[in-house]
Amino acid sequence: MTTNTLIAGFGGQGVLFAGKFMAYKGMLEGKEISWLPSYGPEMRGGTANCSVILSDEPIGSPIVSNPDVLIAMNLPSLDKYEDLVVPGGMIFVDSTLIERKVERTDVKVFYIPTTKLAQEIGAPTLANMIMMGKFIKESGAVTHDDMEAALSKVVSAKRADMFEINLKAIDTGYNY
Amino acid sequence: MVVFEKPKSLTDAELHYCPGCTHGIIHRLVAQAIDDLGIEGKTIGVAPVGCAVMAYNYFACDMVEAAHGRAPAVATGLKRAMPENVIFTYQGDGDLASIGMAETVHAATRNENITIIFVNNAIYGMTGGQMAPTSLPGQVTQTSPYGRDVSTAGYPVKVSEMLSTLDGPEFIARVAVNNIKNIKEAQKAIKKAFENQINNKGFSLVEVVSTCPTNWGMTPVDALKWVDEKMIPYYPLGVYKDRSATKEAE
Amino acid sequence: MADKVLMKGNEAIAEAAIKAGCRHYFGYPITPQTEIAAYMAKRMPKIGGVFLQAESEISAINMVYGVAGTGMRVMTSSSSPGVSLKQEGISYIAGADLPALIVNVQRGGPGLGGIQPSQSDYFQATKGGGHGDYHLIVLAPASVQEMADMTILSFELAEKYRVPAMLLADGTMGQMMEPVELPEVDYKPTEKDWTVTGTQMKRKHNIVNSLYLLPEELEKTNIERFERYKAIEENEARYESFMMEDAEYCVVAFGIASRVSKNAVIAARNMGIKVGMIRPITLWPFPKKPLAEAAEKVKGFLSVELSMGQMIEDVKLATECKKPVELCNRVGGMIPTPEQVLEAIKKMAGGEK
Repeated sequence: MTTNTLIAGFGGQGVLFAGKFMAYKGMLEGKEISWLPSYGPEMRGGTANCSVILSDEPIGSPIVSNPDVLIAMNLPSLDKYEDLVVPGGMIFVDSTLIERKVERTDVKVFYIPTTKLAQEIGAPTLANMIMMGKFIKESGAVTHDDMEAALSKVVSAKRADMFEINLKAIDTGYNY
Repeated sequence: MVVFEKPKSLTDAELHYCPGCTHGIIHRLVAQAIDDLGIEGKTIGVAPVGCAVMAYNYFACDMVEAAHGRAPAVATGLKRAMPENVIFTYQGDGDLASIGMAETVHAATRNENITIIFVNNAIYGMTGGQMAPTSLPGQVTQTSPYGRDVSTAGYPVKVSEMLSTLDGPEFIARVAVNNIKNIKEAQKAIKKAFENQINNKGFSLVEVVSTCPTNWGMTPVDALKWVDEKMIPYYPLGVYKDRSATKEAE
Repeated sequence: MADKVLMKGNEAIAEAAIKAGCRHYFGYPITPQTEIAAYMAKRMPKIGGVFLQAESEISAINMVYGVAGTGMRVMTSSSSPGVSLKQEGISYIAGADLPALIVNVQRGGPGLGGIQPSQSDYFQATKGGGHGDYHLIVLAPASVQEMADMTILSFELAEKYRVPAMLLADGTMGQMMEPVELPEVDYKPTEKDWTVTGTQMKRKHNIVNSLYLLPEELEKTNIERFERYKAIEENEARYESFMMEDAEYCVVAFGIASRVSKNAVIAARNMGIKVGMIRPITLWPFPKKPLAEAAEKVKGFLSVELSMGQMIEDVKLATECKKPVELCNRVGGMIPTPEQVLEAIKKMAGGEK
């Protein structure tokens, strides 16, 4: 199985971080993975996105132009990428920041108010990880086992105090 | 009894410099300093592009030929790779003060622990006498045939004054080799510039006011006089920066 | 075996260089390769190495030239506009027969161009780049693992032949993360008789130099250098052959273009089109032999590039134009999609089988 995921949002929403977590989770499960960020001035306050591919086969192109899964953390991202999702794919929407509904009818859509939930659990910067929890539950691209191992790869030792709250955020999304 | 002999740090190769050119004297002063300090075996010189391009054949230590103006960068690489060795560059005014100005200024501001011998004769010699960054106002050269017009060609660069405004460098001095007294002062300054490196004090540059009788269109004797009458008034001799001495004085 | 870690291509280059014994890095900031400098700035001081942010790319390459003269492993990295600035120094390094590694994480050009991935420095990298008759050994990684492996190989080949090596990557390869296993390198510096490390008063002075005022001498050194190049062409051409056994059409692509093309080749195979791919791993020496052999079997070639068509010239030369060679490309920071390559394959094959 191959899952091509595109995670997109504003710079500062932790889009690249979420992608790295997803990549590590896949790697630790023995999958082939690739992670490719957008780069350049657009990262400074503009939009950011990253392509993450999780696969049981060696990965060809690391560029996701037609995602199986789109994670849209803001409206411009949904507007830009909605039409590119493959039929039968999935779209995850942060429904706190995106008021409109997905127009496509040939994809599965999940609306999660991740920004609101993040504030509720006292971790306003972790909407991204709440979304990861939901992604893991619904996509089946990676398992729900041993979140700690993957998380420890992306939360640096300097920010060890953030570890538990990240786990909580993932759980919040997973159980939403 | 031997009263005068060639420093051992010079090879037996015959110098290619024009009659009356003071490069030969400056080569000897550098080699003498290397001999006096007993550092030939661990010294690596960097030759420029310009009249001294073939200095690599004249110095008996290991040598590198650099691209035009890049000698301070090459010397930086050598020194960083081999901090125990002694690295010097030997550069002319076009090389150091025109095309290589960025390399010069940044090596100085990093206080790169290297020794630079900067030969200022106010002209591009190797290419046949074009205007240099240090050519004097009004000086006639192949590319300033009506004399250097400062309204279009700008003013000469006073390298020692300029570099001494930086916090980085350890030692900046300007000397000349047009008479015995000046040669003795030059010898002292050049030796100090090497000693500073050995003592890990940092960037030391000696600007040597030199001659180019061929391209100045003068006899060697007139050229030496011209140094006194024209060059030195514009480029005053002296120590422009000596951080350790200043510190001691404080 | 070491564990796999997830790294950006740029970081993999830096760490692999350190593993290979490189302790001297000189650079100047430019997107999209800055992670290499940042990594070196962090690591080098901790392992007794040298990281120096030079005042310009010109200075950086000349610092490399200085260290290369000592025989120690040394590198610089940049992206296209910066690599143009380095050409002077690269020519001197080549002319003085010194080993060194230059990394070019390409972006779009000409001029200031853009910052997105490109392969439009192919000519510059493979045909010399600076003034004079010379070549670099040019390696083109197509994965983060290869970014690491080829960094190590670059140092080894550069040293073996005393020819500077270039790792020719692009913004995608530099920025993407993949699992990578960093090999342990058993590097022991060897005594060399040409280095400038001080005579210790035990030998005649060595001179690192590219100046030969006598034309007879300059001619002789050039001819001797090209004899070494000939040996490199004979021994070091590397390529990957993918699904070529029964192929009727051959895609030729390197780096990120080969990754995209691989998807297209598989998709075309699923449609019954017998297509394969030859991926040059060394761009100089160019893998002429497998292409010449393929020219005897296939009906056509498709050169997939992130340029207006540069490698295609070498494909035509290698195949002596025996079969048609088409171009499939995007430029300016755009990357061909697998669909675009698939369409080009289908067109070449005269539609779906």
